[in-house]
Amino acid sequence: MDIKSIAKVTGAATVLLLSGCSGAFSTLDPAGPAAGSVLPLTLAMIIVALAVFVGLIVLCVFAVRRNSKDISDAEVQRLQNRWIIAGGIALPTVAITTLLAFGIPIGHSLLPLPFQEGEVMRVDVKARQWFWRVSYPERKIELTDEIHIPVNTPVDFHITSEDVIHSFWAPRLGGKIDAIPGRTNVVRLEADEVGEYRGLCTEYCGQGHTAMQFKVIAHSAEDFEEWLLQQEDSDKND
Amino acid sequence: MTEQEALHQRFNKVWRNLPGWGTLAAVNHTSVGRRFMLTGAIFFLIGGLLALLIRMQLALPGQEFLNPDVYSQVFTMHGTVMMFLFAIPILEGAAIYLIPKMIGARDLIFPRLGALGYYCYLFGGIIVISSLLLGMAPSSGWFMYTPLSSTEFSPGPGSDFWLLGITFVEISSVSAGIELVVAILRSRTPGMTLSKMPIFCWYILVTALMIVFGFPPLILASILLELERAAGMPFFDVAAGGDPVLWQHLFWLFGHPEVYIIFLPAAGIVSTILPVFTGRPLVGYRWVVMAVILTGFISFGLWAHHMFTVGIPQLAQAFFSMASMLVAIPTAIQVFAWLATLWAGRVVYSLPMLWVFGFLFVFVLGGLTGVMLAMVPFNWQVHDTHFVVAHLHYVLVGGMLFPLIGGLYYWLPHFSGRMPSERLGRWGFGLVFVGFNATFFLMHLTGLLGMPRRVDTYETGFGWDWLNMLSSVGSFVIAMGVAIIIIDVLLHFRFGRKAGNNPWNADTLEWTTGTPPTMYNFASLPEINSRHPLWDNPELLQSIPAGEHGLTQIEHGRRETFGTDAITGKLKEVMLLPTNSWLPLLVASSLAVVCISLLTRSYLAAVVITIVAAIFLFRWSWENGGHPLAAPLGDKEPVEAPLQSRTLDGSGLWGMVITLLADGALFLALLFGWLYLWAVAPNWTLPDESLVSLPVMAWSGAFLTFATWWYCRAVKQLKAGDDTGLQTRFWVVTAAGAIHLVLLVGVTLVSPLAITELAHDAVLLVMLMFLIFHSSISVIATALQALRVRYGYVSKELPYEPVVLQPLWLFSLATFWCSVASFLLLPIAWGAA
Repeated sequence: MDIKSIAKVTGAATVLLLSGCSGAFSTLDPAGPAAGSVLPLTLAMIIVALAVFVGLIVLCVFAVRRNSKDISDAEVQRLQNRWIIAGGIALPTVAITTLLAFGIPIGHSLLPLPFQEGEVMRVDVKARQWFWRVSYPERKIELTDEIHIPVNTPVDFHITSEDVIHSFWAPRLGGKIDAIPGRTNVVRLEADEVGEYRGLCTEYCGQGHTAMQFKVIAHSAEDFEEWLLQQEDSDKND
Repeated sequence: MTEQEALHQRFNKVWRNLPGWGTLAAVNHTSVGRRFMLTGAIFFLIGGLLALLIRMQLALPGQEFLNPDVYSQVFTMHGTVMMFLFAIPILEGAAIYLIPKMIGARDLIFPRLGALGYYCYLFGGIIVISSLLLGMAPSSGWFMYTPLSSTEFSPGPGSDFWLLGITFVEISSVSAGIELVVAILRSRTPGMTLSKMPIFCWYILVTALMIVFGFPPLILASILLELERAAGMPFFDVAAGGDPVLWQHLFWLFGHPEVYIIFLPAAGIVSTILPVFTGRPLVGYRWVVMAVILTGFISFGLWAHHMFTVGIPQLAQAFFSMASMLVAIPTAIQVFAWLATLWAGRVVYSLPMLWVFGFLFVFVLGGLTGVMLAMVPFNWQVHDTHFVVAHLHYVLVGGMLFPLIGGLYYWLPHFSGRMPSERLGRWGFGLVFVGFNATFFLMHLTGLLGMPRRVDTYETGFGWDWLNMLSSVGSFVIAMGVAIIIIDVLLHFRFGRKAGNNPWNADTLEWTTGTPPTMYNFASLPEINSRHPLWDNPELLQSIPAGEHGLTQIEHGRRETFGTDAITGKLKEVMLLPTNSWLPLLVASSLAVVCISLLTRSYLAAVVITIVAAIFLFRWSWENGGHPLAAPLGDKEPVEAPLQSRTLDGSGLWGMVITLLADGALFLALLFGWLYLWAVAPNWTLPDESLVSLPVMAWSGAFLTFATWWYCRAVKQLKAGDDTGLQTRFWVVTAAGAIHLVLLVGVTLVSPLAITELAHDAVLLVMLMFLIFHSSISVIATALQALRVRYGYVSKELPYEPVVLQPLWLFSLATFWCSVASFLLLPIAWGAA
């Protein structure tokens, strides 16, 4: 395996990453702060991982090519200490520490922590085989597979399940959280722009798993208020 | 006939398998190991076909090639077969085949256990596969998450096939684990200290210990889930105070060590092959040993990284995230040790080496994505997507299959005495390597673009189409490569050129056993003082078969090997190894019938056949020590050292202790389940007062304590060389133990446990059954010992067996009082506080 072909593969992959990263479920095309803060982490990790990988392959190629002369045992001893301490211990330790130094604050910022003032908006989602039942506490709105939220507003999704374990994921908005019978998990998501976002179930939940998708529709603040009124009106008329 | 041939004839007469169908009674590790590997290879092909079905279904969007029901069975079985029926057994088979040959032993220490393990594996595997042919295979994914796998959502027998069949297979894994640990520690040829062991043995030692500790949680979880399905005991049912996430904890408590159980032996193959083809000892042997041990430890502390989206507490996530990344350190140490070895030596580009390079390439990539996945926010995004599918295949195929095929080519001349074809072999490697990367490299991107795993189809327009097509094409390229490798291996048996004794100029002892090997491995057992015996002392290749070293007398017709000290490798005893026996097949067959009875829910039949199996097992234990079929006193005793039945800390004691470690791990998993449900399950209820009568438990415990104390005293006297009244003492122990057992069974029967309504009561019943099981075995085994004293199979000259049984009594005692304290007293104290 020579270096050129590896370089080609990595180059091609990078090009693809840059060009083909859109798509309704793409984590590489974030549309909210949660997904948005993970993307730089993703890209940084991919770049570092590829660099380490290429470095190791280059080292391997050199090690294999370097067949010329015999080495004394004392030299091997030095080689051992140097390589194992530098490559085996120092390299991963530094890499891990750096990763955690960047990653832990990002993880922390994604948590649904209480607000300083006021309350965060809440939507309840109950998963069932094979649909999502959505309700807005204190309002008599019940929806299926469809969630309406105001744009630029953090929303806490309270997720639970009424049967088996499912997992709630709207990739362009943020990370997933499992829907588990008997407990309620909270994930905080926010949409940057008005529009429709797709979501799906990622924990295998039976034969309807594939079809268990939902939509998150982000409205402007005014439109959202109007939508709420409309929903409550229709509720009264029933 | 030369003297060497005559020696060979004499040894072969004692060591060969029975002719014809009698070969099924074989217990020899070479036969058993070969059978394990061949069976594992067949399961690999079945798993591979299932993978091709998956890739055909996903090649294009919106396909209806497989319906969702069949598709779910296919992906569940693909994972199950590859993990449980291929990866672990085939590596265990390789270890069973190689370990004795590498450490200079004639066989593994418990040959009949190895044969039992094989048949359990074979029958369990057939049961699991049969579900696929019957169209009722398990369909909730290979990790069987509850409640999807529970009766309510999987009413058919699919889950039962998984739970019973896989548990059956796990008996084989654990028994092989126990056997390998004891063999490596106690049967190395004299002089081979721990630090002179071939590096492969270190890897297998650590792996085997991980199996011993790692499998019991899954065995427990499977038992609990099967009890829930069959008897309605609601361990995982929220409404009744259970919790479905308990299954996930128990599963991954096994499941993560499992990944390293698969990786470490394969890494051991790399560490063995690489020095041979660079002509240099492995650089950093001690570092690598340390790294392997460290991997073993860390692997038990990172199971929850499979569960970052479950909503576990923040601090726990940080801990598991860090632990998961930490495992990069021992892995990097090994990688750099390999690179340094390449650097220091002259590389020979042979077929095995190609696979090692392929391994380095693929596995390093998998390791790097592994570190990425340990990053919690990133994990929340890509968990359960095709990114994870790509990662796990890079780690498992790269970390296991590549070294395994490298090892296959390396030891092929050892199996057959012939060399494979370089040309076909290179084609096979090229196709598998290219096909693998085509299938899985860009699958990382598929996952980042949001395609979840386990969907049976997808719509067009998300950027997934061409990526899936590429993966599907790649998978067929892999299949072509595998086909070429199979053809190469098959052809080489006929057309391969003769290999000679040590074709690769390797350093380890297995190459002195002949190509193909003799059934007894070594006509004489050498003293080894070097880590690379064949490099430092090449004449061993001639002197061992010529009978110039130890333990060459065979006229007594016994199978024997040396037993040595666990650390220093000093000669301690001569171990008697059982010869061909039908008992393993009989036990495994009856267990298979038990398994099928449970599947068909004929519980009466299951109970009857279990008793039959137990009778076979006790018969098995009967043919030991001074029994006429083993080694009665005064029958041509060996000259080098005493026979182990004449000693006090033989391999049986070691086997018992290692078995109890596994057993203890099972008990700890049960205790974990209890405390976990108590702490976490939302509807968990504790009764106001103990449902199990405490005074009766106290009396039962008192009798158990007395029995154990009296047993220990008897053993102490026996060790001091006094066997007067030994039989009476054992009968007293049996009687006291029996009273304890009657009280325990009685209290279990009369306790008002609502086992189908409350998880709490169901767990209590399992705890009581655990105690009853162990006490019963202790009591029956002690009664048998009393009988053996009477027949003269156990005495002060033959003190071996009572010593073996002592830890079992202590274990029964310890688990009894631990259970009383934590299952009965702790809740009361908690309620009072």
